[in-house]
Amino acid sequence: MRTKKSIFFKIITERIPEFLLGISGSLTSLIILLIIVFLFREGFGLFSNPSVEKGYVLCVHASNPVEKLNPDQIKQLFDSEITDWKTVDGDDLPVMLFRFDEIFSLYSDEELGENYSLLPQKLGEVIAENPNIIAFLPEQYVPRTAEWVKILPSEQIRVADFFTGKDWLPTATPSSLYGVLPLIAGTLLVSIFAILIALPLGLGAAVYLSELANERTRKILKPMTELLAGIPSVVYGFFGLAVLAPLIQKTLNLPTGETAFTGSVILAVMALPTIITIAEDAMRNTPRAMREASLALGGTQWQTIYKVVIPYASSGITAAAVLGTGRAIGETMAVLMVTGNAAVIPHSLFEPVRTIPAAIAAELGEAPAGGAHYQSLFLLGCILFVITMLVSVSAEIISKQKYKEAV
Amino acid sequence: MIETQNINFYYGDFQALKNISMKMDANTVTAFIGPSGCGKSTFLRLFNRMNDLIENTRLTGTCLLNKENIYHKSIQVDELRKKVGMVFQKPNPFPKSVFENVAYGLRVNNMGNKSYIAQRVEESLKAAALWDEVKDKLKKSAFELSGGQQQRLCIARALAVSPSVLLMDEPASALDPISTSKIEELIHLLKQKYTIVIVTHNMQQAARVSDKTGFFMLGELIEFNDTKKIFLNPEKEQTQNYITGRFG
Ligand SMILES: Nc1ncnc2c1ncn2[C@@H]1O[C@H](COP(=O)(O)OP(=O)(O)OP(=O)(O)O)[C@@H](O)[C@H]1O
Ligand SMILES: [Mg+2]
Repeated sequence: MRTKKSIFFKIITERIPEFLLGISGSLTSLIILLIIVFLFREGFGLFSNPSVEKGYVLCVHASNPVEKLNPDQIKQLFDSEITDWKTVDGDDLPVMLFRFDEIFSLYSDEELGENYSLLPQKLGEVIAENPNIIAFLPEQYVPRTAEWVKILPSEQIRVADFFTGKDWLPTATPSSLYGVLPLIAGTLLVSIFAILIALPLGLGAAVYLSELANERTRKILKPMTELLAGIPSVVYGFFGLAVLAPLIQKTLNLPTGETAFTGSVILAVMALPTIITIAEDAMRNTPRAMREASLALGGTQWQTIYKVVIPYASSGITAAAVLGTGRAIGETMAVLMVTGNAAVIPHSLFEPVRTIPAAIAAELGEAPAGGAHYQSLFLLGCILFVITMLVSVSAEIISKQKYKEAV
Repeated sequence: MIETQNINFYYGDFQALKNISMKMDANTVTAFIGPSGCGKSTFLRLFNRMNDLIENTRLTGTCLLNKENIYHKSIQVDELRKKVGMVFQKPNPFPKSVFENVAYGLRVNNMGNKSYIAQRVEESLKAAALWDEVKDKLKKSAFELSGGQQQRLCIARALAVSPSVLLMDEPASALDPISTSKIEELIHLLKQKYTIVIVTHNMQQAARVSDKTGFFMLGELIEFNDTKKIFLNPEKEQTQNYITGRFG
């Protein structure tokens, strides 16, 4: 009877919690894995989209020697940056742009027939009359049978264009440009500079709080830094927009205060509490025996800090740096609000930029679900994921090496 | 030589040491015994000013090392601690290699170049009777040593900076009997060069290693005399009770 009871008791207190813990562990891993798979599958779907807007085609006159146009050329043609066919290896003729809507100013509704049944024919005529035309037409009205019409083959969005493209114009027509470089550059610029500000400040503050401040100062400052972590990022963004941006604009005499630098400063302030709290905890966890050993050998307080406390706390300090960096790279709202949101490759810190998280947040609302734009945003998510992973892996490696040196 | 005069020490409002005056001669081993919480460690930690680290404490009286007041304004604490080494109750090597542990004190005090440090490390490990056991493991982490080896490493570490006084707070209480007897032998050897003050809960150990013994109770120094006299023929009844209680 007694043994039975104790076995039953053991099942309740040990087996079941063990089982539950096992389940929750594997469930979490599974969910993370599924999210990653979903992210990458959606993201890489982008490359099966045509580079010209879905449902539309580009037509030229059959005599035009141009066989193929890449997205960049299409964009420049329709922006009138290219005005001569010669530029894209065609004849020496000025480019004539023709957008579908223009047909309605050339012909009345009656002329186009019932349900626009004559529309393709009329479009065919327009193209036939103009050897220098390029027409952007909905697929359903394309005059496929007309003699003088050449439909340009539609390419798929290319991986290389995505990763090396310098223009992020996902809503441009007829051909969107998904060049991710400006966003990556914006993200890296803002985050790296934020970390360059936050890390020395944060570690300095952590050293001060854990080693130098007396108990009373610590009791006031520690909760205050922790409180700082709880402020929602919109509030930081609002502060940045209302106070910091005008200040930076005035003092540096810039055209706008909404710059990468403003974003970095706000991000640094936001990452500080994380860095300070974790690094300080790690340093305070250095056993008293270690400090006393160092001091008892005639080490000064500073020698003890950088020869014993910091090496001992190095893994915690690395964690602080990684989490701080993670926050800086992934932060959305505040950055969106203060960086001016211009998707161009920045040449200095004092220009507007757009970061990856800000692009996702700002554009997801206007991107139709399942479309190329939508998928491109998922791909941005993947890039963000890879960047964060690289940061934590390299931090891990660095701290391991540091530790080896210390030993 | 250490001499204290009318030492009172307070943790906040609590008086941990009451009017203690005593003299510890050079090249002798002085043992502190007494029930737990009577202030032995507090008293010992006065001699290298380790109590300075604890906030909200207060000290009155004088504490002299070789006739010099170690609490005088002109005293540099890190210089003092170089002269007064300390070995703690639990072995507390740094998470560094065996070599770097011993070299630490030399490095922080800028004592000598690379070859001098290497020589000094070897000398110190030999003095701590550890050299033969670790000479092939100098680059290994100190944590790979046994507890007794770690404690002797801590002694070597303290010896490396050439102190004149060695304070030991229950240096063998965390060790097995064989390691303990090695430490005791070592104390015998070191006595020739250093002034040693040791706190211990082990009566036999006090009797074996020390020349003089001080018995503390509730922050007071009850009796201080030659070890033989304390253990064979104490003057105070409290001492007698404590010793016999422990022996019996
Ligand atoms: N940091 C401190 N803050 C406040 N009180 C303390 C502190 N350290 C020690 N005390 C008190 O001072 C008294 C003496 O402590 P101490 O550590 O010197 O005793 P001890 O004789 O070494 O004891 P043990 O044999 O257990 O090591 C004790 O009552 C203890 O509670
Ligand atoms: Mg003690």
